[in-house]
Amino acid sequence: MTLVEHQRDNRRRHHRPVALHPKLILFVFVGGAVGTAIRAVLAFAFPWTGTVPWTILVVNLCGALVLGFLLTALAVRTPETDARRDVRLFAGTGIMGGFTTYSELASDSAVIFGTDPVLAISFALLTVLGGVACAGIGVIAAKALVHRRVDLSTVHA
Amino acid sequence: MNPGLFLLIAVGGGVGASVRFTLDGIIMRRAGGTYPWGTFVINTSGAILLGFLTGMADSSVLDAQWMQVLGVGCMGGYTTFSTAMVDTVHMLQKQKFSLALGNSIGMLVLTVLGAWLGLMLGRGL
Repeated sequence: MTLVEHQRDNRRRHHRPVALHPKLILFVFVGGAVGTAIRAVLAFAFPWTGTVPWTILVVNLCGALVLGFLLTALAVRTPETDARRDVRLFAGTGIMGGFTTYSELASDSAVIFGTDPVLAISFALLTVLGGVACAGIGVIAAKALVHRRVDLSTVHA
Repeated sequence: MNPGLFLLIAVGGGVGASVRFTLDGIIMRRAGGTYPWGTFVINTSGAILLGFLTGMADSSVLDAQWMQVLGVGCMGGYTTFSTAMVDTVHMLQKQKFSLALGNSIGMLVLTVLGAWLGLMLGRGL
C-alpha cells in the first residue's frame, strides 16, 4: 500500500490492524492471484526472446497508470466507507500489486547487465521514469474526470 | 502452459501479495513517518530472492517449472512496482524531491544490486 493509504488506515480505529484482518488478507490474496495470473498469461503469450523484456515493461507501466487512477478516484469522497476500502485492497493492493512486479524489473536488469550494461541501465531507467510518468497521468486523469463530474453537477443543480 | 502450473503460479501470486500486505502493515505501524519503508523492504528483499532463484535456475539447481511458480508467482505477487510509482508521484506533488528521487532511482539501484548479488550466489551453487 502507498504511504497515503497507510496514514489513512492507521488513523482509523479498527479492532485490529487492517493488515491482520483475515477477510482483508483474503481479498488481497484473491486479487493478487488474479493480477499474477494476468501477468503470467501475458508473459506466456509474449515471452522474453529478444534483447528488451518488453512484456514486463508494458505490464509495469500499465499497472502504475491504473493504480494511480484507481487510488485517486477512490480517495475523492471521504471518509472512506468499508466497501470502498475493500475495493481498494482487492483491486489496488491485490490485483495491481500482483500484476506489477519490482523483483522482475530488478532481476531482468541484473541479468541483462551481464551482457549489455548500457541496455540494462536504459531498460531500468526507462521503466522507472516511465512508471512515474504513467502513475502521474493516472492521478491527473482521475482528478480531471472527477472535477468534470463536479462541474456538471453544479451546472445541473 | 499446463493448467496445473498456471494455477500454482496464480496461487503463488496470491500468497506473495497477502504476505506483502501483512508485512507492509506491520512495518508501517512500527515505522510510521514519512517514507514507505514497507514497500522498500519488500521490493529489496524480493529482488535479492528472485535474483537468487534465477541464478539457481541458471545453474540447474532449481527446476524450470518451480522457477515459474516461485519467481513469476510468489516473488511477482510479493513485490510491487505500481505502489512505488504512485508513492513517488505523491512525493513529487508534495515537492519532496529528494524523497522522490530515493524512492525511484534509489530503490532501483539498490534492488538491481540486490538482484545481481542474488544471481551470483545462485549461479555459484
